[in-house]
Amino acid sequence: MLEILLSALILIGALFTFIGSLGLARLGDFYTRLHGPTKATTLGVGSLLIASMLYFSAQGKGVSFHEILVTLFLFITAPVSAHLLSKAALHLRVKSLANVPPRIDETDSDPDSR
Amino acid sequence: MKLRLFPHPVLTPLLALIWLLLANSLAPGQILLGLLLGWAIPIFTLRFWPERIRIHRPLTLLRFLLLVLYDILVANLNVAFLILRGPRRLTPAFVTVSLDLRSELGISLFANTISLTPGTVSSWLSPDRRTLVVHGLHVRNPDALAATLKRRYEAPLLQVFEPC
Repeated sequence: MLEILLSALILIGALFTFIGSLGLARLGDFYTRLHGPTKATTLGVGSLLIASMLYFSAQGKGVSFHEILVTLFLFITAPVSAHLLSKAALHLRVKSLANVPPRIDETDSDPDSR
Repeated sequence: MKLRLFPHPVLTPLLALIWLLLANSLAPGQILLGLLLGWAIPIFTLRFWPERIRIHRPLTLLRFLLLVLYDILVANLNVAFLILRGPRRLTPAFVTVSLDLRSELGISLFANTISLTPGTVSSWLSPDRRTLVVHGLHVRNPDALAATLKRRYEAPLLQVFEPC
């Protein structure tokens, strides 16, 4: 029973990670591509981690909580890197399918960037 | 004096908890070590934390976290569907959100939440910290998206970190 549950979780995780990578390959411009790997993968990695937690807890060596930390660090780092990538792309005026808002040019005078 | 010894009371139990998770044990020695780290690290990193953290409504914060987790789950399915349906039918757009939040922690949590919930990435924060530019993967109505983000995520963060 446990094995069926674990296999299902791992398959779901692999599926969503795959869809995330597919988005990276298929989507049109830099900004939309950013959505694939940062997003669809959160659920993918999430279910892989739940599977790992269940498996190691069922081994009988006590409950495993390391996966919670992985989730925590992932949730802290993923949005920050996505934001910086996106900000850098706006700064370099990477071609976009959407209209870029005009005020972006003020980034050059950002007092915090010094 | 109290400020210098305990610059961030909220951080101490949080760091101790993270240490216990890292050690994966609840032995008294580990708890002591975790508390020691939780006390020492905020003092040594004092300069990186310009503002004092105050959590005003823990229950609202908890409800906010659950809401975000639920949104991540639902929106993940949504984005997966959008990607599989094909890139041709997407209408990506930049949306400008005016910020009511003033604290740095509040703004960064808001921006992080937007990036974590699939379909939106926070792309740019204006130098005066009053507008946030968000890139949406599939936006039908930009104003409605901005209003949703403000109501769903900014309002609870305002209550928790800046109640006045």
